[in-house]
This record gives sequence, structure tokens and C-alpha cells, in this order.
Amino acid sequence: MSEQHILSAFDRDIERIQAEIMKMGGLVEDAIRNAAKSLESRDVELADQVRAGDKAIDAMEERINEDTARLIALRAPTAGDLRLVLAVMKIAANLERIGDYAKNMAKRTRVLVDSPVVGDTASALRRMAMEVQRMLKDALDAYIQRDVELAEDVIERDKDIDQMYNALFRELLTFMMEDPRNITPAMHMHFIAKNTERMGDHVTNIAEQLIYVVTGERPGEDRPKADRTSTSKA
Amino acid sequence: MNVMQDVEKQVTDTEIKFAARNVNVFYGDAQAIKDVNVDIRDKMVTAFIGPSGCGKSTFLRCLNRMNDTIPICRVEGEIRLDGEDIYDKRVDPVQLRARVGMVFQKPNPFPKSIYDNVAYGPRIHGLARNKAELDEIVEKALRRGALWDEVKDRLHEPGTGLSGGQQQRLCIARAVATEPEVLLMDEPCSALDPIATAQVEELIDELRARYSVVIVTHSMQQAARVSQKTAFFHLGELVEFGETAQIFTNPVDPRTESYITGRIG
Repeated sequence: MSEQHILSAFDRDIERIQAEIMKMGGLVEDAIRNAAKSLESRDVELADQVRAGDKAIDAMEERINEDTARLIALRAPTAGDLRLVLAVMKIAANLERIGDYAKNMAKRTRVLVDSPVVGDTASALRRMAMEVQRMLKDALDAYIQRDVELAEDVIERDKDIDQMYNALFRELLTFMMEDPRNITPAMHMHFIAKNTERMGDHVTNIAEQLIYVVTGERPGEDRPKADRTSTSKA
Repeated sequence: MNVMQDVEKQVTDTEIKFAARNVNVFYGDAQAIKDVNVDIRDKMVTAFIGPSGCGKSTFLRCLNRMNDTIPICRVEGEIRLDGEDIYDKRVDPVQLRARVGMVFQKPNPFPKSIYDNVAYGPRIHGLARNKAELDEIVEKALRRGALWDEVKDRLHEPGTGLSGGQQQRLCIARAVATEPEVLLMDEPCSALDPIATAQVEELIDELRARYSVVIVTHSMQQAARVSQKTAFFHLGELVEFGETAQIFTNPVDPRTESYITGRIG
């Protein structure tokens, strides 16, 4: 909506919250990128930075929640404004979860540096995480530009993430069957893979929020789900 | 969300009270209402919103022919109450107004006692055969107006001595005393403080069980709080008419969106 409110303070409030969401999104993108990088290059220092950085992400969520609560109390938003405020709160919550997963990846990196390398799964995981990070970037761009098509594309791409996870799941199983000494690192790798797959789901939620803001409709439940590891026998 | 939709569905099923078709209203040469079509349903609150001069009050006043009192006002088109054309020559506007009661912006009690304010309508329409019946009607109306407990010990004191909020509820009691089928309210809370407003809004919600209520309000939050259906008027046109929850979360017309989000006045 390009039109301005009669009350310009209302516009300023909304702009501030939007800016906060973008800043938080940027922090989360960095966290994913750095966590994946530290995992592949076994860089403990970078992993520690990611873990420390999660506090800033949590603080951003707090601030966004406070600002949206105040906006609801003072401005009683309706229609498009209301949908935007509701979406902002959910997007902040999704970003916060993604940040937690990145932090968890960094934590496991610390353990993994002392374990044998499990094939090239670390590289595969990094590729998967980088794809999630690109999806997040596109979801946030879609949000700022109110681009429903781009958001739908992001939702579609979550299928690829699910497939990458399926492939990794099988690969890790194979490594564990080959040599029991692989079990500890492979289990950690598997948790990281699963968490990365969950990040993709949260990015999908963010893209869905944008569609709700623009159209007032929530996308149907028919979105592609390609993670079948929970229902198949390896 | 689903619960809300179910409730809305239930109310949608009530029967049509007023059916307005191609209504045009002119004040002299100036057109105040342009080709309005709307169905107002029974046992439901319908809110008319829109900026000043958009025609919402004019249209409200068409529903009980209050515009008849303005010589230069001309109403075209068709407005049916229970299928009956209210602008038909055989319709007596006084009888019509007994069926379609009205409450105005400023509380306007008659300079009479509380009792006589409420008894006025039933008396002129001959609704009571004796004093006991009239007493009963007055008590019932004051109870429906959520005022009985506050005034039962001083029914013969002047109505003008009540507080603003009480006066407005007295006017509502007076309007319901003739057992109308529809209650029209033109900005009924604009002269009231927030507490009195909340009391009147609570009352409106109770009245919905019995009557079809149409309320004109400048407060969009009030429309959102009390109504099940909302009609947005702009420059004499009915821009959008729909379920209140939908109008306030996802309006279809960009003009509705602009107005309710505070972008156009």
C-alpha cells in the first residue's frame, strides 16, 4: 500500500518495525552462512561468534514484539495494516527459531572438530544451508517488495531442501552402518541436517506470511512436502 | 477463526428485513445517494460507515421516511420492508416509524417525566388498554434499555435530569416501547463518554436478539465492535457491503481499505 496514513506517526511506527524485521533477517542470514561455513571449515572461532550472535537476534525479536504490541494498542490497525502487524510478529518468531537452529549448528561444530570426518557430508550440509539462506533472503525481499510470485517460488524451493535432507539422511545411515565410529559425528550431522530442513520450513512460513499480507488469504495446506524419512524405513 | 465464521454464517441465514433497490436520493439538484442496493437482515446489527457527507445518514433516514420532512429531498428507487414498498402511497409514515424506530445522535428526551417519555409512543399508538398495561410496557422498555434499575425509584422525575448516557438509553427505551421491528441509530454514542458508550454498545448487542438494528457511526472501532455486517459509503455510493470481520481484516475495495486504515478522510 503506497498511500500514506493521515496520521504520519502511524507510518513512522510501521516503517520502524519493517526496518527492524529487515535488520533481524540480515542477522539471521549471517548466522546461517557463518554456522555452515564454520562447520565445513571446522572453524571453532567462527562457530563461537555465531553462538554469541544469537543473543542479538533474540533481543531483536523482543524489540519487534514490544513495538508491534505498542502499535496495536495505540493505533488499532485494521485491514492491510492489521495483517501486516500480525505477519510481522510471526515473521519475527520464525526468524528467531532459525537463529536458534544456526546456533545449534555452531554448538555441534565444536563437538565435531574432535571427531572423524564423515565423508563429504559437511560440504553437502553447507550447500543445503546456503540454499536455505538464499531462500530466506528471497523471502525477505519478497516481503519488502510485496512480491507474491517470489514468495511462492520460495515455498516451492522448500521441496529441494527436503530432498537434500532425504539424501543426507540416507548417506549418514550408510556411514553409520559401515563403521560404528562414525555414529557420534554422523548423529550430530544428522541433527544439523534435520535442523536445516526445519529452517527451510520456517522460511516457508515467512513466505506464507507475505502472501497473507498481500492477499488476505493463507496459502493452502497443499504445499509440497518431500521429507518422507519419518514414514519410510530407510 | 472457524468459530467466528460459523457465527457469521448463522447470522447470514436470518431473513431480509429491508431490501433497497436502485435507491437514489436528491437534495434539490444535488445527488446524495447513488444507486444503492442493499439487503438489511433481521436480528443483526448492520453498521454504516464512511466519511462525513458520504450519504450514510441520508440513507438511514430513507429507511423510516424521515427524509419526508425535508421538502427538497427526493427519494427514487425501491425500499421494501418485509417485501412491502415503504414509499407506497398507502403507507402511513407515522405507522411506519412505529415499526422502524430511531435513536439520534444527541439524546433528545421529551421535557417530560422518565415514565411519560417511554409511555408516549405506546399511548399515541394505543398499545395499552389500561394503566397497568402501560406500566408493564414502560417497565419492559426500560429494562430493554438497560435503564430500569437506575430509574425505577424516580420514574416521575424529568428525563432531562438524567446523565447523557442515561438519557440516550432512555431514548432507546422510548424507541423500543412501541415494539418496533427495526431500530435505526444515527451516531448514538457520539455525545457519550466511553463508559456510557460501552453500556449502549452492550445494549445494542442485546437488542439484536429481537430487532434488526442499523447504526450509523463515525467510529470504525464501534462498527467493528457492535455489527455483524458493515456497509461502507463514499461520495453517495455504497462501495462495499459485507461481513464486518471481513471488512476489517480483508476489505475488497481499495477505497474501503484506505478509509478504514485511516488513509482517506
